Amino acid sequence: MKRIRIYEEHCIGCGLCEVHCLVQHSRSRKIIRAFREERDTVLPRVQVERDGYLSFALQCRHCDDALCIEACMTGAMYRDPETGAVLCDTDRCVGCWMCIMACPAGAIQRGTEGKVASKCDLCIGQDVPVCVINCPNEAIVLEDDDDE
Amino acid sequence: MPEWLTQPDFLVERDPERCIQCEVCVRQCANEVHEFDAELREVFSDSAACVGCHRCASLCPTDAISIREVELEFRTNANWSPQVIRNIYRQAEQGGVLLTGMGNPEGLPIYWDRMLLNASQVTNPSIDPLREPMELFTQLGKKPARLEFAEDGALQTQIGPQLELKVPVMFSAMSYGSISYNASEALARAAHEVGTYANTGEGGLHEHIKPYADNMIVQVASGRFGVDVDYLNAAAAIEIKIGQGAKPGIGGHLPGEKVSADISATRMIPEGTDAISPAPHHDIYSIEDLRQLIYAIKEATRYTKPVGVKIAAVHHIAAIASGAVRAGADFVAIDGYRGGTGAAPTMIRNNVGIPIEFALAAVDARLREEGIRHDASLIVAGSFRCAADVVKAIALGADACYIGTAALVAMGCHLCQKCYTGKCNWGIATQDPYLTRRLNTNIATRRLTNLLQSWGHEIQEIMGGMGINAIESLRGNRDHLRGVNLSDRELQVLGIQMAGE
Repeated sequence: MKRIRIYEEHCIGCGLCEVHCLVQHSRSRKIIRAFREERDTVLPRVQVERDGYLSFALQCRHCDDALCIEACMTGAMYRDPETGAVLCDTDRCVGCWMCIMACPAGAIQRGTEGKVASKCDLCIGQDVPVCVINCPNEAIVLEDDDDE
Repeated sequence: MPEWLTQPDFLVERDPERCIQCEVCVRQCANEVHEFDAELREVFSDSAACVGCHRCASLCPTDAISIREVELEFRTNANWSPQVIRNIYRQAEQGGVLLTGMGNPEGLPIYWDRMLLNASQVTNPSIDPLREPMELFTQLGKKPARLEFAEDGALQTQIGPQLELKVPVMFSAMSYGSISYNASEALARAAHEVGTYANTGEGGLHEHIKPYADNMIVQVASGRFGVDVDYLNAAAAIEIKIGQGAKPGIGGHLPGEKVSADISATRMIPEGTDAISPAPHHDIYSIEDLRQLIYAIKEATRYTKPVGVKIAAVHHIAAIASGAVRAGADFVAIDGYRGGTGAAPTMIRNNVGIPIEFALAAVDARLREEGIRHDASLIVAGSFRCAADVVKAIALGADACYIGTAALVAMGCHLCQKCYTGKCNWGIATQDPYLTRRLNTNIATRRLTNLLQSWGHEIQEIMGGMGINAIESLRGNRDHLRGVNLSDRELQVLGIQMAGE
């Protein structure tokens, strides 16, 4: 599968990935409207971690041995058979946050709308995720998995 | 004391309808123009610190930022221009030399724009470079005066070491120190990919750039930073830097705070000490002294590499260049008064030196007259902006061009002229790790490679139109140049005819 790879040495900490991720997961998908109306209700599913001049953008790694899937008691967390992405079925999610506890990368958050987990879905329906498209320094890149 | 007479240069305007308070601009500005007020949840901008580099506007996801020059008109005065008045205010406050970066921005004539190129019509066929071979291959170095053959017809003449360029454009000297490591690496890698050369400047040859050393020219300048026998032997050629177009007669000064462990190792100087390049080489006070250094370097490299001399275009440039060639230089690089720099006194940059067009024409003519033109190749520098400038320079007598500013612009430089502050928001002229990360070497290398390739294609198209299929046939072919808006005297020095003649 194609995976998002993070090049920490190229991350400039600008936060544009977060901006575009929020827009992508908003209802309107229009940047100004999304920020005006949904800023407090939609979470970006990528977080830029910053410490001094160091920074990197972190989103779900879509692990092969995804601990969140194992930890999920309702079976809401599942692997999409087509893309290989780890997704959360929000209809089944009950917000027990076991996935958050289990995730070694800290890439899952409590959602703000309803009691469901919020995580990267690799931008369903898009060939290339918006964080990859909009990173100005090619620090977030979509690459083929090395194992295959 | 507040600098109340100094007005901001730019006005940063934020469209409240478009701004989404994402703070990207806040994080991008090293001059701290933008600030997020957490209480009001709103970004405010302080125009006073803006240098007009466009970093914030370029990354703003909603195009909410516009930057204008401040419209604060003085009473019209052709003599006391706003710039002159502001300079005096600044000096009256600070009492120091005005510093600046990049090349001369003054509105002096650009002679390339007053020379026009020829094309074939009816009597000679033009050539389509997409269908027919078009040679840009260029060799730099001393050429033999004549060929000698043995009795059986075998060629006996030995040709000395040459630089081999696939495009007659090289990256001019920019040191690691004046520019970031990432910028240096991108220049070296792009030169390697395209098949041309990058110049280390006086910054030494970084350990990680050594793999590209076959496409590097190393400089020996007045501070001799980073110079040892391995440095000389690693490179493709060695250039002795006497002067630079932006500041002829002036040395260099890399402040100690920029001399990090990495730079100190590359320059071979103690960490944190000022890297001062003296104005002259203290062992070169004459052409004879220059000859000694040229031959010392040739000895050190066992005559396997071309050794050249870089000089700034100044008065009597023809005589100086002739001296350099007679001193044994395999190439002479001439840097015109528009050449860029990381830091120079404003008065020097704007007022010292002569246009590269005249310098090139005079030097080429003088070397031909003296019968020594073949002894050295001519490289010209000092603001080559496009492929047409390169073609005109070659027609005027140059062998190749150096580009510095154009290369930086390709990497993102917006010519804000604040290189000397070390706060380059584009990650080019800075050593701050927060800022240097902004220049991804892969992107910068790709952009530089694209630039050289596109210029190469354009040069081929222009040559094809002229009916010329090899750059050798264009070199010094002043018949292909005609002047417009030039006086008789200017035409005479340039050695070209008036349009219509």
